[in-house]
Amino acid sequence: MKNVSRSYGTFKALDDVSIEIRKGEFFSLLGPSGCGKTTLLRSIAGFDTPDEGVIELDGRNIIPYPPEKRLVNTVFQSYALFPHLNVFENIAFPLRLKKEKESSVRDKVAQYLKLVQLSGHEHKKPAMLSGGQKQRVAIARALINEPSVLLLDEPLSALDAKLRQSLLVELDQIHDKIGITFIYVTHDQSEALSVSDRIAVMNEGKVLQTGTPYEIYESPATDFVARFIGETNLFPATVVSCVPFEQTHMSTLQVDALGSVIRVTDDDYLEAGTHVSFTVRPEKLKITSHPPLTVSKDINLFSGIVDEPIYSGFQSKYYVALACGTIIKVIQQHATYMDEGPAINWKDSVFVSWSAEDGYIVEVIDR
Amino acid sequence: MKRSSRLGITYAGPMGLWLTIFFLTPLFIIILYSVLKKGLYGGVEWTFSSAAYRQLVNPAFAKVLFRTLTVSVTATAITMALALPCGYAMARSSHQSLFLGLVIVPFWTNSLIRIYAWIAILSSRGFANELLKQLHIIEESLSLIYNQGAVITVLVYMYIPFAILPLFTTIDSFDFQLLEAARDLGASRFTSITRVLLPNIRSGIITSGVFTFIPIFGAYTVPLLVGGKDSYMIGNIIVDQVTKTRNWPLASAISLIITLVSTVGVMWMLMAGAQEKRERAQSLRKAGTR
Repeated sequence: MKNVSRSYGTFKALDDVSIEIRKGEFFSLLGPSGCGKTTLLRSIAGFDTPDEGVIELDGRNIIPYPPEKRLVNTVFQSYALFPHLNVFENIAFPLRLKKEKESSVRDKVAQYLKLVQLSGHEHKKPAMLSGGQKQRVAIARALINEPSVLLLDEPLSALDAKLRQSLLVELDQIHDKIGITFIYVTHDQSEALSVSDRIAVMNEGKVLQTGTPYEIYESPATDFVARFIGETNLFPATVVSCVPFEQTHMSTLQVDALGSVIRVTDDDYLEAGTHVSFTVRPEKLKITSHPPLTVSKDINLFSGIVDEPIYSGFQSKYYVALACGTIIKVIQQHATYMDEGPAINWKDSVFVSWSAEDGYIVEVIDR
Repeated sequence: MKRSSRLGITYAGPMGLWLTIFFLTPLFIIILYSVLKKGLYGGVEWTFSSAAYRQLVNPAFAKVLFRTLTVSVTATAITMALALPCGYAMARSSHQSLFLGLVIVPFWTNSLIRIYAWIAILSSRGFANELLKQLHIIEESLSLIYNQGAVITVLVYMYIPFAILPLFTTIDSFDFQLLEAARDLGASRFTSITRVLLPNIRSGIITSGVFTFIPIFGAYTVPLLVGGKDSYMIGNIIVDQVTKTRNWPLASAISLIITLVSTVGVMWMLMAGAQEKRERAQSLRKAGTR
């Protein structure tokens, strides 16, 4: 995909989007609703024509071709199963259009029904299937043509949370089995993180960052990506000084929101006076009732009061109000058995600390 | 007896009374008249006679019956062919209420007036001929009226709203994403319509077909006003039998034929609907025993 743009009136649904998706990849387009991900998917499928740019599949521009001539198939958000046909005929639909022999139709449909674990449901009409079963039929139907690319438009969003998880794992297994490219559109970051090989994060028609789930989570390219993926503590900051530290650079940042300076390591050298965005993920913070015994140079330490503890079984999330008034989020895993309830409670005085290596400079605002 | 079943009778009462007075009684009278002897100046004599039915078996009547069927089938087919794209366009349009209004507007004018308007359009010195002459497409007036073509044209015009409305309602509730899905799976624009749209709006197609065919089959004013000598339809014969020949038993017998044809049509429509329901219920039962 190169320089793809699409406008509706003055609204830019896609703004100069360029993405390269590798063969056989599980690729996710992730972004909030209205970010252009669905428009992009529809452009690949052929239901929408970009104003500018090219979409290439195996080196050939597919934009001039109608949907039926493209080697891509779609799994629709609303399933779009044909209500007048039973499960068998729904899946066989593409083969019937190609007028394939009855015996070969039977074999192939049986094979794909087995792939999506729906053998034995051949004669049911879509109206009698559960949401998860409908989605499986839609997947089998889209795969039976053996497309080069399978497009999935928020395929799990209509299902309940438990089912979504198990279907997601199944989808990943299907991907591993048949090995074709999957392009998966979702607004759910946890879905995208858990199954994708790579993710493109989109907002307002632009691709903000493309990378592996790990890269996107740990090294977000912009404030938006940092905020959209997972939870984070994000502050604007100014570089005070920057010195070499082991193989990287250790910067000292003035963070007004924290009312103090912090230290963070980063690959790049930053000029003093540079404005940046600084982030540290809540699970990387340590929360303790007592100050740490030794305070080394690369530990950032703050004291505060627990404003809101949220206990959720395997972990607790604390909103800690620092002395300067800023609230910082901390997530603590409960790795050991808690005999007498949590050690940290509401209104407790606590110490929050993190290592300079665990912070991250998201965005250099000016240089 | 349970209270609820008595309530049912109370609710159905007025409707039942209405149907008895205005539908069953006239039907009964028609059946009765058809097996009585014809009176000299109209009316009937109260003696049993199968004369009316014997008169039905004659080549002249068979010819009119056959013509009525041909005209009705042709006019219905043309109406449907025009109404389908209309209904589709209306369902997909963002100005639905405007188009619905346009379809309904003709009903505000008396149907006779509308037929006379067509006479003004089609007659030898009418709008159509004058326009074609002005454009130098023709020299001499064409005979556009008082023939089978005029009857079919005006019938199509008169009954197309009856076809558009049910088609519009079914197409409107159709999920157009199914057409995208069909295209995505390899169907051309045309195949996606025939393989996905048409089967899913089957009930609408049958309803609008029946709603168009039945009134056309009994049409009387249109063939009378814009038809020629060879356009007589069953409806015209019935009127002649009542007003001119004064053979009321025969008129009743012919009416019963129209009723029969209409009943077959409606039964077909209901059965198609019931079959769809049965299929659904059957598959549901199968799902239950799994």
